[in-house]
Amino acid sequence: MSNGKPSEEHHPMEALLRMDRIPHIWCSTCGLGTSVSAFALALEDLQYDLDKICIVSGIGCTGRVAGYVKLDSFHATHGRAIPFATGLKLANPQLKVVVFSGDGDLIAIGGNHFIHAARRNMDLTVICVNNFIYAMTGGQVAPTSPLGASCSTTPYGNYERPFNIPHLAESCGAVYVARWTALHLRRTAKSIAEAMRKPGFSVVEIICPCSTLYARRNRLGDGLELMKFYHENSIIKHGADPRDVDIDFQSPIVVGKFVDRDRPTFIDGYNRAMTAKLGEKFEPYGVAPAEVHDG
Amino acid sequence: MKFWRTPLDSDRVKVPHGRIHIIVERCKGCAYCVEFCPRDVLEMSTEYNQKGYHPPYVKVEDDCVNCRLCELLCPEFAIFCTLKEEEEVGNKEEVGHVESRS
Repeated sequence: MSNGKPSEEHHPMEALLRMDRIPHIWCSTCGLGTSVSAFALALEDLQYDLDKICIVSGIGCTGRVAGYVKLDSFHATHGRAIPFATGLKLANPQLKVVVFSGDGDLIAIGGNHFIHAARRNMDLTVICVNNFIYAMTGGQVAPTSPLGASCSTTPYGNYERPFNIPHLAESCGAVYVARWTALHLRRTAKSIAEAMRKPGFSVVEIICPCSTLYARRNRLGDGLELMKFYHENSIIKHGADPRDVDIDFQSPIVVGKFVDRDRPTFIDGYNRAMTAKLGEKFEPYGVAPAEVHDG
Repeated sequence: MKFWRTPLDSDRVKVPHGRIHIIVERCKGCAYCVEFCPRDVLEMSTEYNQKGYHPPYVKVEDDCVNCRLCELLCPEFAIFCTLKEEEEVGNKEEVGHVESRS
């Protein structure tokens, strides 16, 4: 992205995108392209070797991200982005593994994997784009749909209590939890960079406008109207208790960095437990060679 | 730029200027860039692109300060900014000075 100066014809983001697949399939006024830009901005800031970053997506509108970003990427089956990423991280602990997927994929179908990866504190960065609905399959109710929201399977309004993703992640053991909207670009990018620097299971939730299904079904205008809504109704509250950041239908959205704490990661825990039991016989796993010599 | 008083560092701080590039055929007319540009540099055009959307056009490029918000906000990767070099801006006296534009 930062390679060279942009010329007249070439967008600076093109270095990070598979241009043969652009234009992407996302609707006009969808916020997903913006979320990808925030991710690109975070990578620009981190200056990591791009060969060491992997991106894993599941199924859904957001699941397409893995296909559009020019990094080593994998498009997993529905809900199985985190298990795939876990395997990838354990097989090659030197990689930075990012899971970029939607709320339906990560919290609904992959919900079990999400809570267990958080419990184990797998060293993953999860970017969860929350658009409150199953967008790709036709607007069915999702476990993140706010109470009262109209979806194609709840035409009289949703009556199920939705998940509060930051609270779910925090209570399961995530070490870094932040929430932003697609409009808070630079803050999202900063959070993604912080999350990627942090060892352990970090979650960045991005509230994203879905124009074709969520906004249209609920008569909220289009994505632009939702972006304006975020602009006027976002409350930045760093360190807020994740229990208090529920999202109701068209209620003010509390955003910010909620959790930033330290816990040993899965690999740390494994190395510590095995070293305690086996002593010298055990060779710590996933430690960079230089660190082994130092230690 | 309009200030209510002369900033104390106005002789040291140079306001950067940007040049906006719009890839018209990639635009899906979401108007994010037009709505959220902090300097109101852009406006939706009445013309259509190949896809049938109205792309934005640059209304007053001189006001662009190269903040890159449009570039980052654009979901289609269809607009970007480049920093205008010093020579291009010209050594006009009013550039970067206070009360030049009201």
